[in-house]
Amino acid sequence: MQNEWLYIGLFLIIGIIVPIVPLVFAALVSPHKPNPIKQSTYECGIETVGDSWVQFKAQYYIFALVFLVFDVETVFLFPWALSLNQLPIFAVLEGILFIGILVTGLVYTWRKGMLEWV
Amino acid sequence: MSLQDFLADPILFISNWLQGLLVGWKLPSGLATVIVFLIGILALVIFAMLFDIFLVWVERKVVARFQDRLGPNRIGPFGLIQPFADIIKLVIKEDITPDGADKVVYNIAPVLAAVSVIILWAVLPLSSKIFGVDLNVAVLYLVAAGALGTLAIIMAGWSSNNKYALLGAYRMVANMVSYEIPMVVTLLIPTILADTMSLNGITQSQETIWYVFLSPLGMLIFLISSIAELGRSPFDLNEAESEIVAGFHIEYSGMKFGWFYASELLHAFTFGGFVGILFFGGWQVPFLMADGFHFGSFVVALPGIGVILLQAVAFMVKAMIGYWVIMWVKYSMPRIRIDQMLAFNWKFLTPLSLVLLSATAVLTKLLSGFPLWIFGVGMFLSNLLIGWITIEILRFYAHRQRRLEEPLAQPASVAARR
Repeated sequence: MQNEWLYIGLFLIIGIIVPIVPLVFAALVSPHKPNPIKQSTYECGIETVGDSWVQFKAQYYIFALVFLVFDVETVFLFPWALSLNQLPIFAVLEGILFIGILVTGLVYTWRKGMLEWV
Repeated sequence: MSLQDFLADPILFISNWLQGLLVGWKLPSGLATVIVFLIGILALVIFAMLFDIFLVWVERKVVARFQDRLGPNRIGPFGLIQPFADIIKLVIKEDITPDGADKVVYNIAPVLAAVSVIILWAVLPLSSKIFGVDLNVAVLYLVAAGALGTLAIIMAGWSSNNKYALLGAYRMVANMVSYEIPMVVTLLIPTILADTMSLNGITQSQETIWYVFLSPLGMLIFLISSIAELGRSPFDLNEAESEIVAGFHIEYSGMKFGWFYASELLHAFTFGGFVGILFFGGWQVPFLMADGFHFGSFVVALPGIGVILLQAVAFMVKAMIGYWVIMWVKYSMPRIRIDQMLAFNWKFLTPLSLVLLSATAVLTKLLSGFPLWIFGVGMFLSNLLIGWITIEILRFYAHRQRRLEEPLAQPASVAARR
């Protein structure tokens, strides 16, 4: 059990080193001749107008909020799914009630028109 | 420690031999374990990277066939050396950092994109004996690693100091967080059926029947949501060429762009592999047991190494087929709009996957005492029923929508002529 997580940790370290090696190698062998025009931000061949960190639609936040509720609740479903075969039928139905509450939330969001992209 | 041990399980034999050798050199056993692990990980990651290079060739060759072209065919036989030429070109290309970019975040993003894919290979069971680690929470690990990819994309988009990159990153995040729900919910279905979250365990429990026969609808939902998670067409709004040029990686050049490209291909292949593992039996070959083929009472005995290699080939073939289906969808579907993308997920896939999960849970409980064939037929029919009801509901709403819109769509003169 400990060895498994040691393996994952070592894998993560190797996984970080492997992509860095070609990047370092590329930095050593590739030419480096910067000039202001080359480094300017791309915008269809014209000069960038205004700030690049533009405002974006607030609607992304609503989808992120709906996602957050679902994501937290699906994590709670994992232990339920894993022990399903040992649970009595009543506990299985309780899990489905939990999913039902989730769906109610989704229906509420839907009826409120929050899922429309306007 | 003999030839027979090697033939039975080569990976275990080599790691035991190395461990013994290192301990023989008076190294502490903990350090010896770390060194053996490091060698194993390096072998696995280098295999993954070489395979990634091969995937570049596969992708270019297959897209060429879809578009009625020949594809790379000049360098080497069938253009097989072409990806190496591509890599040399990417490495010696000048690396440009745009003005006003957040340099630290800008440089971390491509590395993180590659890491999020490479670490998936730690839990990928290539064969019953060839796997990095048989983690007992592998399914959760998969979801967590997927979240790292989202982070890489938002970092790349935000730090580039470019409007297109920022828009692409926001679209991609909206895409990924939305489609994660049906993906996680359909991941629960093999978990319920196999009673474990370990990928090797899920594969082992498919010895009698592949889960695609128990839950075809779950397989379809998982495939669609993983295509969306990969940001591939028809869900490639993050790099919609006609609107935002290249999306989040617009300002990247040279090897940094190379990592985004390479990790996308490896990600697609890995998800093809996950579809194979979760629903098509992974390394399972029909009639192949641990000691050879069993056709009823007729047995063809095979050494352990032969079985392991056959299983690895079976897994690779299944993963390649999954990857090919993902490419097939990518190159034959037009891109959808963002409102269609979000509506398709929240109003169709999410409710459907939750209903499917509830039905699977109840049926697993109710049919658990019955023989396997009744269980299988029951599960399959319930999936068909849910699919049919869904199609009927969709048809009802489509008809109602059409009846509402039809009088408005026609000019008055056309309506009068009727």
